[in-house]
Amino acid sequence: MTADHHDDDHGHSHEHESAHRHPPRADLDDTLTYYRAMEIALRELLIDKGVFTADDVRKQVEDMDRRNPAQGARVVAKAWVDPEYRKLLLHDGGEACVVAGLDRGPYKLVVVENTPDTYNVIVCTLCSCYPRWLLGLPPDWYKSRAYRSRVVREPRAVLREFGTEIPDDVAVRVHDSTADMRYLVLPQRPAGTEGWSEDRLAGLVSRDAMIGVSLPRRP
Amino acid sequence: MARAEAVEPRFQPGDRVAVRIAYPPGHVRTPYYVRGKAGVVERLCGVYGNPEELAYARPGLPRQPLYRVRFRQGDVWPDYGGRAGDTIDIEIFQHWLEPSP
Repeated sequence: MTADHHDDDHGHSHEHESAHRHPPRADLDDTLTYYRAMEIALRELLIDKGVFTADDVRKQVEDMDRRNPAQGARVVAKAWVDPEYRKLLLHDGGEACVVAGLDRGPYKLVVVENTPDTYNVIVCTLCSCYPRWLLGLPPDWYKSRAYRSRVVREPRAVLREFGTEIPDDVAVRVHDSTADMRYLVLPQRPAGTEGWSEDRLAGLVSRDAMIGVSLPRRP
Repeated sequence: MARAEAVEPRFQPGDRVAVRIAYPPGHVRTPYYVRGKAGVVERLCGVYGNPEELAYARPGLPRQPLYRVRFRQGDVWPDYGGRAGDTIDIEIFQHWLEPSP
């Protein structure tokens, strides 16, 4: 825009600017799909019957939104600095969560460790099982049919699309979370982080590194 | 829980097992892509309610041992394009497994 814009004779009146005669853009949040209508109907029925209150629902949503990958990063960083804790985490993930001051979680936690020979990646081909108490809500791609069907069949190609190239001499282990376990990848501690505190290390542990589609951030 | 309400585990880590080839209707948590494939028991995860029953609001009894079974990718996908050492671990309930030579 030039300084002499208002001197231009282009018929752009202020009356037009304030009138907004163009059609309003439709809101994207008012699409009442079949399942959305079902959810609202069921929720209102349960509230009417006194099974729970609207505030209970709101609290649950708030609780769910409060969880995020920082919880998972905490246990990973702790395992990086404390060999005894690492052993516990690999042996009994739920107990290790409690020791770290977190929820045990509603499911058994299986932690799979990346080593110089082995790289792990998690999927739930049947739905979207995910350790929500440690990572929060799963990303949309984790729930997509493309990720779920492809990562079991061509994991190296999918990882490459995430920017993660696994050398030929490293075995790729896919874990399909089909039933009552939930999974977390314990990535390898990045080189060049000697002497770092747990908090500082936790800052390198991304959500995607704990799902196994990426490596931790570099220091 | 009474003993009769849970099935005793019949496999141990290291046992070779094959997934039954079956296509029952309803809610099943054994992926199609692994039916008929052979692998090795990685661990016993515990004993859990049968999801094929729980899905219909039934009690899920008897509870079934749940294993993690490790398959070689080359055994699951004949045209697998990765490396020979690549594997996939899947949770499978005991009633879907049989011993494999």
